Amino acid sequence: MKQEIFVIKSQEKIAKDVFKMVLSGNTNDITAPGQFVNIKLDGFYLRRPISVCDYDKNELTLIYKTVGEGTAAMSKYENGTELDVLTGLGNGYDTSLSGEKPLLLGGGVGVPPLYNLCKKLVAEGKKPTVILGFNSADDVFYENEFKALGAVVYVTTADGSYGIKGFVTDAMSDLDYSFFYTCGPEPMLKAIYNVSKTSGQLSFEERMGCGFGACMGCSCKTKYGNKRICKDGPVLIKEEIIW
Amino acid sequence: MVDTSVSLSGLVLDNPIIPASGTFGYGYEYAELYDINCLGSFSFKGTTREARFGNPTPRIAECPAGMINSVGLQNPGVEKVISEELPKLKECFSKKVIANVGGFSLDEYAETCQMLESQEQVGLLEVNISCPNVHNGGMSFGTDPKMAAEVTKRVKAVTTKPIYIKLSPNVTDIVEIAKACEDAGADGISMINTLLGMRIDLKTKKPIIANKMGGFSGSAILPVALRMVYQVYDAVKIPIIGMGGVSTAKDVIEMMLAGATAVQIGAANLINPFVCKEIIEQLPEEMTKYNINSLSEIIGGAH
Repeated sequence: MKQEIFVIKSQEKIAKDVFKMVLSGNTNDITAPGQFVNIKLDGFYLRRPISVCDYDKNELTLIYKTVGEGTAAMSKYENGTELDVLTGLGNGYDTSLSGEKPLLLGGGVGVPPLYNLCKKLVAEGKKPTVILGFNSADDVFYENEFKALGAVVYVTTADGSYGIKGFVTDAMSDLDYSFFYTCGPEPMLKAIYNVSKTSGQLSFEERMGCGFGACMGCSCKTKYGNKRICKDGPVLIKEEIIW
Repeated sequence: MVDTSVSLSGLVLDNPIIPASGTFGYGYEYAELYDINCLGSFSFKGTTREARFGNPTPRIAECPAGMINSVGLQNPGVEKVISEELPKLKECFSKKVIANVGGFSLDEYAETCQMLESQEQVGLLEVNISCPNVHNGGMSFGTDPKMAAEVTKRVKAVTTKPIYIKLSPNVTDIVEIAKACEDAGADGISMINTLLGMRIDLKTKKPIIANKMGGFSGSAILPVALRMVYQVYDAVKIPIIGMGGVSTAKDVIEMMLAGATAVQIGAANLINPFVCKEIIEQLPEEMTKYNINSLSEIIGGAH
């Protein structure tokens, strides 16, 4: 973990209530896809934990949904705004577990951390298949970005207004895969856990205090002992999860 | 050269800055970020006789200028703290640590303190009779002067280390409880724990915290803490470790003027993990600005 100042390079709305923000700054402490950053916002006491969508040496891409007053305020920040960011938080996904044909399943704002993961898997010569689940056509984002990485992409919407009608689990039943990676709302994670045919890594969300393992605000029980979602997670392996 | 040192019942600290229990774990998460030997001391995560998972999540809710937590004394239990956490801490912290002890019965408080008695790393015991997040214990000892005195007597009987009783602000008269602890032999008072609070989610129309209520801390509570430290300083002769909403070097000076000998920093660590180090670096400059040569000379200066 490091505390760094990042500068907003660009910010755009890419779906209903969903914003893509590109920041410049030192990303050295980000070591795995699926990690997150924790951003201080003026006028709000706690930082806002946001998963890393993509990064290179000097640039960080975040995609977030305006779910409350803090993220709504952040979406109005102008280019050039400096942000106090704690980077390189959490464990992230482990690409060495993927096998040849990993399946990536993202739900809503659970989609962004899978992007850098997909990029890394492709770079390692793996053949990822991606299922992106949304509520409605207005919510869909990043379908083409994942396709551009070379992945096979399916999109599901709960109301059937775009792609396959239903949930991500409706699109995965006929697929052949070696391992799965997922991030999204907990009911989705649980549904995937129940129908998946292989092992996998699931990324969880919890209300956090510090984001770096000090306050015990986001603890959960696992078969491998108590874990802090922020520090020992957010990514847990299927076999350790207790629902 | 200004003098930032203070003394808590014979335990001399280079400076009065002590990260508060529950915001600093057992130290080593922060030791990865900076050399924590710059601290006066720190108060480790509230430890009970048995291991505890704590409360269900969500345990955290944001507030204007503060936060609510309902962790519920999650800790590995005193045996593991002694066998695993303290040896790990020794590698990154060479000073004496403050052992924060929680409990659910008089026997439990006494047994946990007795086990920590033999630990030379522990300089002082901070006995938490004010946790708002556990039932059948915690705060119930801290809201009744007779019970507070009873806990004090029991732990004093089993240890030679200084005993500081950590008090709850969720009482009608904190002065009465502080006096009861002093009369029962407490070496000092640690105050204040968090204020019982609540937030409600407008979407679900239910409390955000799974346990419904939790402890409110952060800058918003500084004035309440200052007022209570000021009142207790007037009524007792034993030293006070002051805390509650402190997040700057100026706040530290204010807390000491109210009557604190040392000052704990809590929630502020969670927002800025470097805050204690920054305060320690800023203190000499702030002291010079306000014509203070020695911090120990300003304790209770506002009276």
